[in-house]
Amino acid sequence: MNRIAQTFAVLQSNRKKALIPFITAGDPGPANTVDLMHCLVEAGSDIIELGVPFSDPMADGPTIQRSSERALKHQVGINSVLTMVSDFRKKNAQTPVVLMGYANPIEAMGYEHFAARAKEAGVDGVLTVDYPPEECEEWVRCLQQHDMDAIFLLSPTSAQSRVARVAELAKGYIYYVSLKGVTGASHLDLKEVESRLAELRAAVSIPIGVGFGIRDGAMAGAVAKLADAVVVGSRIIEEIEHSPQNELLNNVRNLVADMRKAIDKQGD
Amino acid sequence: MNIYDLPDKRGHFGPYGGVFVAETLISALDKLREQYDYYRNDTEFKREFENELKHYVGRPSPIYHAKRWSEHLGGAQILLKREDLNHTGAHKVNNTVGQALLARRMGKNRVIAETGAGQHGVATATVAARYGMQCVVYMGAEDVRRQATNVYRMKLLGAEVVPVESGSRTLKDALNEAMRDWVTHVENTFYIIGTVAGPHPYPMMVRDFQTVIGTEAKLQMLETYGRQPDVLIACVGGGSNAIGLFYPYINDESVRMIGVEAAGKGLDTNEHAATLSKGKPGVLHGNRTYLIQDDNGQIIETHSISAGLDYPGVGPEHAWLKDIHRAEYVGITDDEALEAFHALCRFEGIMPALESSHALAYAAKFAPTLSKDQLILINLSGRGDKDMATVAQMSGITL
Repeated sequence: MNRIAQTFAVLQSNRKKALIPFITAGDPGPANTVDLMHCLVEAGSDIIELGVPFSDPMADGPTIQRSSERALKHQVGINSVLTMVSDFRKKNAQTPVVLMGYANPIEAMGYEHFAARAKEAGVDGVLTVDYPPEECEEWVRCLQQHDMDAIFLLSPTSAQSRVARVAELAKGYIYYVSLKGVTGASHLDLKEVESRLAELRAAVSIPIGVGFGIRDGAMAGAVAKLADAVVVGSRIIEEIEHSPQNELLNNVRNLVADMRKAIDKQGD
Repeated sequence: MNIYDLPDKRGHFGPYGGVFVAETLISALDKLREQYDYYRNDTEFKREFENELKHYVGRPSPIYHAKRWSEHLGGAQILLKREDLNHTGAHKVNNTVGQALLARRMGKNRVIAETGAGQHGVATATVAARYGMQCVVYMGAEDVRRQATNVYRMKLLGAEVVPVESGSRTLKDALNEAMRDWVTHVENTFYIIGTVAGPHPYPMMVRDFQTVIGTEAKLQMLETYGRQPDVLIACVGGGSNAIGLFYPYINDESVRMIGVEAAGKGLDTNEHAATLSKGKPGVLHGNRTYLIQDDNGQIIETHSISAGLDYPGVGPEHAWLKDIHRAEYVGITDDEALEAFHALCRFEGIMPALESSHALAYAAKFAPTLSKDQLILINLSGRGDKDMATVAQMSGITL
């Protein structure tokens, strides 16, 4: 059993839900990332989604775009991201790390080379925003050969036939994007999420995480009631953006710990 | 060669094209593809499109024999397909008319577009006014500053122009932002992409609307010259005017096809936009194609004197035509393009767009290597009024 499956198994046996924070590697600077990852774990995160900066983050809202730009100012590319994961693994052997990003940096490195290096660095899964299932069979096969999970997105507009196709390919967990639009939008409809998740569960056997639009503990708690995992991205990035260097870790720790508390409370 | 019949059902031209977008956009693209598949064969839709091209755009555009310039160059005869004479002054409007008509059939009353120099933005704002639609144009903040006249033109036509502050604040970032708008407002919004790039069905759909150029040319050549040209030459940024001319000729292998990219300050410098000559395949803006990128797969800013060619990608069909050697792609520098701009002004009394001047400049090099009875057909894709400030500045003149 790999780290992601292991993590969900333990959570399930404790009747807990997963908290999955997203940060962009190299934001605000390359020296901060590994510290931030450890800090996220200390604050109660179960899996870390680590964003690979890209010059053209088409599916992201302004907050994550800016984080990508800050990282790119320091020339943080896929090579440095993998080094950061290796560094993180020196002190943490349990917490799964999922790389999230766009196709082109992977295409530039080559599937096989990327997968081998990611595995070696200690990556557990990869979510490539702009590889829909129709375009990535070879890529998914390559990840499988290196025992990493291909994480996929589903959205409120995904047709039933696509849900079935994604369910076949996806491993680890599925990331349900709870609203239309880009990351960082703020109008989450819990009722709709609830009814949609019920439909998805009929087709999907792996855990389902919900993200997009989760801004505070209350929202995180409410989503935890419905989903197996709560994914929080833009809100954490905002905290990183607005924190002076000497308060960065503290502020992020407090924010994530609050969400952890709210999520656990929901399970009681 | 087998009869060329691409893209496949999922929008592939060999390994290029396809649909590389986030899940959130898939259903919008599925619906667009379904609707376009239906209307592209619908007699009434085709009739309306042709009618608009005739009475609103002013088609057919003539083929003009640039006799004095041909004599001066001393080789092949140079013929110009006069897309510069279209309403709004370029080929762009062929496509915006087509997509706006489709938007209307799909019940969308808001159209959005990305624009670099502003030509596609103006063409979109124009048809939005014509059909009474709300129009929002995304334009890189840097381009808004450089192209103040076109910004004002779009506003006069009733469009809202949104400056994009992200990334390099140019065309590629405007395209990202338009995609973000589309995914957020997909119920009432139609995204009019300006070139043969983006996710399927855009490269095919934009090509189809632009093939009126080549289809007309084939008839006109036969009528006037009794034969087809030996060579076609067109400039390539995203590649819509080039594919519009080339496509109807693809199966006719006796016709050579040459696409001219912007070599900027030179192909051996880092300041160019010659994607097919100097780029590598990758994935951007929803399709797989050649891209100008660094070793980490980050997209690099490009340079050209002509804003319309200043794009780090290229239509996937051109990528395929290059790989199968059906079309050739070459580079022309800023200086060479500028020289051709002046030549056409002086020899023919026609002021070409700087984009089209790249095609002219290559013809000026190439024509003398051919005999006087050979024919080169150049797509004169736009007129140059919009470029006067740039040309003056390049020549050290303050207006």
